[in-house]
Formats: sequence, C-alpha cells, structure tokens
Amino acid sequence: MDNVYKDRAKLQEAAVRPILHGGRRFRLIALILAIIVAVGAGAYIYQLMHGLGVTGLNNDVFWGIYIISLVDIIGMSYGGAVVSAILRLAGAAWRAPITRLAEATALVTLIIGALFPIIDLGHPSHIWRLFVSPNPGSPILWDIIAILTYLIATVLFFYFPLIPDLAICRDSLGDKVGRWRKKIYTVLSLGWKGLPRQEKYLNWGIKIMSIIIIPLAVSVHSVLAWLFAVTSRPGWHSTIFAPYFVVAALFSGVAMVVLVVAGFRRAYHLENFIGEKQIRYLSYLMLILGVMYLYFTFSELFTEGYTLETTSVPVLAALLYGNYGPFFWLFAIGGGVIPVLLVAIPKTRTVTGLVVASALVVSTMWLKRFLIVVPTLRQALFPVSTQSYTGNFIEWAILIGALAAIPLILMLMFRVFPVISVHEVEEVEVKRSERQPELASGLEQA
Amino acid sequence: MRYGLVIDLRKCAGCYSCMAACKAENFTPPGVFFTRVLVNENGKYPNARWQFIPVQCNHCENPACAAVCPTGATSQKENGIVTIDPNKCMGCRYCIVACPYRVRFYVNKRGTYYRTPTPYEAFGFRARDYQEGTVIKCDFCSHRLEQGLEPACVATCTSRARYFGDLDDPNSEISRLITANRAYQLLAEKGTNPSIYYIH
Repeated sequence: MDNVYKDRAKLQEAAVRPILHGGRRFRLIALILAIIVAVGAGAYIYQLMHGLGVTGLNNDVFWGIYIISLVDIIGMSYGGAVVSAILRLAGAAWRAPITRLAEATALVTLIIGALFPIIDLGHPSHIWRLFVSPNPGSPILWDIIAILTYLIATVLFFYFPLIPDLAICRDSLGDKVGRWRKKIYTVLSLGWKGLPRQEKYLNWGIKIMSIIIIPLAVSVHSVLAWLFAVTSRPGWHSTIFAPYFVVAALFSGVAMVVLVVAGFRRAYHLENFIGEKQIRYLSYLMLILGVMYLYFTFSELFTEGYTLETTSVPVLAALLYGNYGPFFWLFAIGGGVIPVLLVAIPKTRTVTGLVVASALVVSTMWLKRFLIVVPTLRQALFPVSTQSYTGNFIEWAILIGALAAIPLILMLMFRVFPVISVHEVEEVEVKRSERQPELASGLEQA
Repeated sequence: MRYGLVIDLRKCAGCYSCMAACKAENFTPPGVFFTRVLVNENGKYPNARWQFIPVQCNHCENPACAAVCPTGATSQKENGIVTIDPNKCMGCRYCIVACPYRVRFYVNKRGTYYRTPTPYEAFGFRARDYQEGTVIKCDFCSHRLEQGLEPACVATCTSRARYFGDLDDPNSEISRLITANRAYQLLAEKGTNPSIYYIH
C-alpha cells in the first residue's frame, strides 16, 4: 500500500478524481440532498414569515431542536478539527490521507451549526441589537465570540494545507476544468511553486494553526456548556459540564469524520489511499472517547442522583425511568455500549463495523443533547405542570434540511478542491523514507 | 428606594382578579400573564387544602436575567424595578432560562383573542410597545407608579392580600409586615434576593 503513496501520478489522479468525474450517481445524490435542503429552507422561510409561534416551542420548553442542534452540529465540527490538529502535532503519519476530509467536515459542520442560533431567533433581524449594546457578562456573547474566532481559525486551518494542492490543480488540470475553477486555483494558490522558502512558511503556518485550533475548539465547547451550566437549573448546574461537552463533541465529531471518510472512500474508490490502517486507528480514537464519555455520563448522573436534592431528583427520575427513560437507554446502549463494543472487538473492527458504530453515535448523540436540554426545561422549580415538547414539522424539516446540507456542501466542495492532501501525503512519505534507514539500523542494533 | 411587594397568602382567596386586572392594565398578548396564580393541592382528603401562590417578576436585587442578557436589554432601575428595553431585546430567551421563577414570556405574535381585535385590544396595540420576537414581563406597572398609583394587581386585590411599598424604608408598611410575620421569599436559596415577600 505504501507504494501507492509514492506513485505521485496515481495519488494526484485519486485526489482530483471527484473534481473531474461527477457522473450520474453524483448528480442523483446531490439532487436528492438538494431537495431535502430545499424543504428545510422552505420551512425556515415559513418560520421567518410567521415567527417562532409556528414551531412546537412553548412557554415551558422555549429552547428546543434549534439549540439542541447547535450543540450537536458544532460538536461534530470539533472532532474534525481537533483530530486533524492533534494528529499533525503528534506527527502521526497515518493521518495524512484523511486530514483534508476531517478539516472540511470541521468547516462545513461549523458553518451549518452556527446557523442554528440565528434560526432560533424568531426575528433574526433583531441580531444587530447584539452589536449595538453587548453585555460582556453574558455567556451568549462569549459563545458568539468563541464561535466566530473558531470559524476564522477553521477556515485558515482548512486553507493552509490546501495551498500546494491548489497549485497542483492549477498546473496539472489545465483545460480539463471550467474557467471559473481555473481562476479559483490561480488566485487561491497564491503563486505556490514549492520553493523551500514557501515550504518553510507553510509548515510554520500549519503548525501554528494546529496549535491554536485546539484551545479554540476546547473554548467553544466549554463556553457552550457554560451557557447551560451557569444557570441554576437542575441537571445543568454541574461543574463537569464543560469537559463533559468537550468529550461529547470529540466523540460525535470523530464519528462524523468516520462517516465522511467512509462515504468518500467508497464513492470515489479511495481504498488504496485510505486503507485499513486509517480505519483501525480511527476505531481506537472512538473507543477511547466512547469509554470516556460513558464514564463522564455515569459520574455526572451518579453524583447528582446520590444527594436526593428535591429539584434534581425529578429530572433524573424522568431521565432514567420516566418519560425520557426509553430515549436515555437508547442513547446509553445504542450510542455508548454498542459502538464501544463494535470498535473494541477486533472481529467487528472493520469498515462496516466502524461505520455502523459511527452512525449510531452521531444519531444518538443528538438524542443525548435533547435529553440534556428538554427534561431540565420541563422541570419547573415550583410544583407546576409543564407542557411536553417534541418539536413539530417545521423544526424537524429545518433540522433534516441542515443535516442534508452537510454532505451536499462537502460533495460540492470536493468538486473544486482535491479530496486527499497530496502535498501532505508526499511530505509524510519523504520523511518516512528518510527515517527508514535509521529505524532499520536501530532495529538491527537492538 | 426599592419597590417591594408583600403577598399575604393567608388572605389570598384565589380569585384570580390580579391576573385579570393585569391583563386589562397591560394589554398582554394571549398566553402571556405578567402575574399568575399557582394552585397547589396539599394533603389528602379529608385533610386537604388548596394553596394559592400568586407569582410575578420578583424584581430581584441580583437579577439572574440581567446578568445573562447578551444585549443589556434587561436592566435594573434605581428604584429596584427590573425592566426590559423592547428596542434592545433580540429574543434569544436566555433570560427565561436563567430566571428561576418562570415569569418571563416570549412574544411570538402580537395576537388577539378573537379573529379581529376588539376596540379594547386595538387600543392596547397603540398603548403598549410589545415587539414580536422579544421577551416581556411585569414591571410593577411603572406607568402607574409614575402617576402615584399602586400596581394594578395591588389596587384590584379583592381580599387586600397584596401590599406595595418601599423595602428600603424600615418604617414602611411592607417592611413592618415582613419583620412581624417572618415573611419569606420564593427560592431564596438562589441568592437573587427577590423584592416580593410572602406571608404564610
């Protein structure tokens, strides 16, 4: 398999394959996704015209699917960015073929996720008020600053490693692509010629971004957790909420990266480049994060349940064996135990096994966020009855439309940008071949 | 000067006239109640009784809602009243989350109770500046206080269970009532120090 990486022509061909070959299947899938997105957009336009009254939100549960999805989808973004950054800093050679996909996932999910707070404002035109008289003490303001900073960082983090590849596209694709794509390559590749000086600055930039993006991503998710944790509501007012959210985000984020990688690997026949090794190592990551997440969940519920506080006990009761019990156990078993087992047992640690595990994690982690937001809002601090909440057609249509937009944008993105980071793969290969003799001699001595 | 309210639950008959008076005074949209009467059933037959607890914005000394408001729309006036500036609120509803008392309402639509607004509602549309997509709540009838009147819920209370006055003045009627009857505040453990006291 290593030989494939060294064969530059083959690697380039694979990386630009999605750019050159759309094909019927691409158009069909894109069309289906576009229809779903259009339905979601239509639902949003309806909501814009009539206000939040058309949603299932009520006076008791006034934060619903939109806030849940904000936490969920921005969490997915986190996985892509941090995995790519940590693996780069750690010098893990196996990451090279999947970093592009991971970073693109991070960028696209972040953009989609960041739309949800705007959707959640019934009247998005009011948002300018935030900039006129901001209150620096409000967690919402921290959130906006954190998300915007992280967005800029994610764009740069995606863009820097892309520069040499854009130059490859500029030089090798020539007239095979349309005029506007050619123009994009010329402008965005910033006159890259692979000079040592350029290489130096690029590596520098990538390294700095890799370092910066980790604390940024941690801060985004910590602040999102504090949005809930700083209020004195049962089930939210918890000291471990920030790290709990960070681990949740990593867990669902890695699962999302797995789904994206597996999808593109299959659709564009990248099996030679994204091999067993990448899948196996991603499984290890999922295993660690899954076990951590289960541990956090247990720790959080256990400490809260043991004290018998009058406000938190009803929330826990509803969660564990009340109205929300079936959903909680669906999450705990389907999103925690089964995926962990699937990636832990060597026999099921295959591409299929990992994809099944990731699909379970991505879907049940949304459910988990639902279980964080809704039961707590339903628990009034006075003894009064509250209305239930499951969302209505408008909210679900917007959510499903937004989820469909993620693969759609990724598919369109890779009609323009190379799907594998050619430059990075080559660089890693060069380093490895340089190191190989040392390693070999070291082994002999041992 | 810090406005406060004492509600004597021994006198409250559960007649809901405070809710009605508030509706009439403040022209609140359907589904929005600046003051509500919570009903609690205590005990089992034959030793059972209903308990009525009127709740509304507590105008806390340390308002949790104002702390989290991203635009500074919620603020506290010098007389202790917590107000929302409708021209600053962007409708994120975070204050409703932060407030332990569930006394804030989000205005989806400036709707009417019937298909066409009644003349009274039409007047309310002109008289009150409730913007759609913002949060509203009780302001102790600030417009009445300016005219030297008590809030509508206090003036209307059929059993005179509500007392309005100045908490900072140790000789005011409400200060004396609070001390003499060991009045308590709702969810005092939240540290918000509400301006509404209850006598049980």
